[in-house]
Amino acid sequence: MGEAIVITSGKGGVGKTTTTANIGTALALMEKKVCLIDTDIGLRNLDVVMGLENRIIYDIVDVIQERCKLKQALIKDKRFDYLSLLPAAQTSDKTAVTPDGMKKIIKELKQEYDYIIIDCPAGIEQGFQNAIAGADRAIVVTTPEKSSVRDADRIIGLLEKEDIEPPSLVVNRIRNHMMKSGDMLDIDEIVQILSINLIGVVLDDDEVIKASNHGEPIALQSKPKASIAYRNIARRILGETVPLQSLEDESGMFQKVKRFFGMRGN
Amino acid sequence: MHDTKQLITIKGTRDGLTLFIDDTCSFDEAFKELREKLLANQPQKKEPCVPVTIKLGNRFLREEEKDSLSNLIKEENRFTIQSIESEVIAKSEALSLMEDSEVKTINRIVRSGQVLEVTGDLLLIGDVNPGGSVISTGNIYIMGSLHGVAHAGVKGDRSAIIAASYMNPSQLRIAEYISRAPDYESDGVYMECGLIDEEQDKIIIDRLQVLAHRRKSINRFERRINNG
Repeated sequence: MGEAIVITSGKGGVGKTTTTANIGTALALMEKKVCLIDTDIGLRNLDVVMGLENRIIYDIVDVIQERCKLKQALIKDKRFDYLSLLPAAQTSDKTAVTPDGMKKIIKELKQEYDYIIIDCPAGIEQGFQNAIAGADRAIVVTTPEKSSVRDADRIIGLLEKEDIEPPSLVVNRIRNHMMKSGDMLDIDEIVQILSINLIGVVLDDDEVIKASNHGEPIALQSKPKASIAYRNIARRILGETVPLQSLEDESGMFQKVKRFFGMRGN
Repeated sequence: MHDTKQLITIKGTRDGLTLFIDDTCSFDEAFKELREKLLANQPQKKEPCVPVTIKLGNRFLREEEKDSLSNLIKEENRFTIQSIESEVIAKSEALSLMEDSEVKTINRIVRSGQVLEVTGDLLLIGDVNPGGSVISTGNIYIMGSLHGVAHAGVKGDRSAIIAASYMNPSQLRIAEYISRAPDYESDGVYMECGLIDEEQDKIIIDRLQVLAHRRKSINRFERRINNG
């Protein structure tokens, strides 16, 4: 019996879809059976980030309206046998999706998969209600910006009313130099306000955008810090204890020497 | 028989007239006698309006009875009713008075977009996040950080206060007063409270210690009862 995790944020553009794609990929790398669901009807793009756009035949609305079987709509990933995607509809009527419909789909998928990762649309309307309907737990994504933290807080408030586990937090798009200079909220401040469990911190990296544009989630690469961050999140989801990634840029030898002598890096 | 005893006693005081209505007779009897008394004492000429306080003793009046009584007295604009006082109150009224003065303890975080509203005093163990608000008819005590909006004395109690372990609100409201945070980014303050300063006619924020002499009796049940 699998576990359904919804990735949500309230605010748009904080990296829900990227986070969904990468956590899914990272879990697949650890040989878990994973199914990704895009619930952003009308504005689907999880398929694009995964590089599976041209393989779509049926979508989630087709499944709900019983034009096809669930198995037919699932797209098998081109890299992993045990990673699938249930794409959102682009044109169909978005009112077709209901919380009950979602619960039914997720219940069916749980038989087959270890993890079902649900990409939630921005906002707190019907789409949000649908996305969280069948979830067992939630991951809230925020960036170190006031508006994003405010929306995350609102979302956590709404999630607390639902019958799911307390949500975990991913702080995305961290720009270390801004955080240090105090121009961005720092992580402690965010965690203090939201007071939920921090499950991962991801640095803002040009490579993430590049990788998304190529349809190859960054978690597939071994080097970039953002990739390690996503894989760490996946390990924490599996229950491992992984220390938080250091946000310092440790590239220079000089930095390492400085650290060795117990001096603070800049 | 009842002619031997006066049902209505009228006394003149500095603040106008005080009307004692005997509490052992029926309301109709008292009403009748009062009307006779008022008719018997028609004014000769125009007199200024006299304020009247009515003391009912151990009599409880229903709303209709109160209305007909005040209509009778206010007739012809000779008197204005200052107050109708009774030694007894309805159970429901007593319960609502008790609710007004109770401290409601709530343990949660009030997040953005959430509103926590209570009757009486609020003791919140937890934070009020930016965008969240807490509202009470009495005082608000927050054991945690206040970042959002707090509105104390929402039904007009100007003596209400707002106290927090960490005070960095976006707005403080007490009764009909509103004060907001400055436009520049500011750090909050620890262990402070907000209250209305009558002299400056605005909400001020001060150390908790000032409450000891500025609000001597924070919400004693007896005080509320005596003040009505």
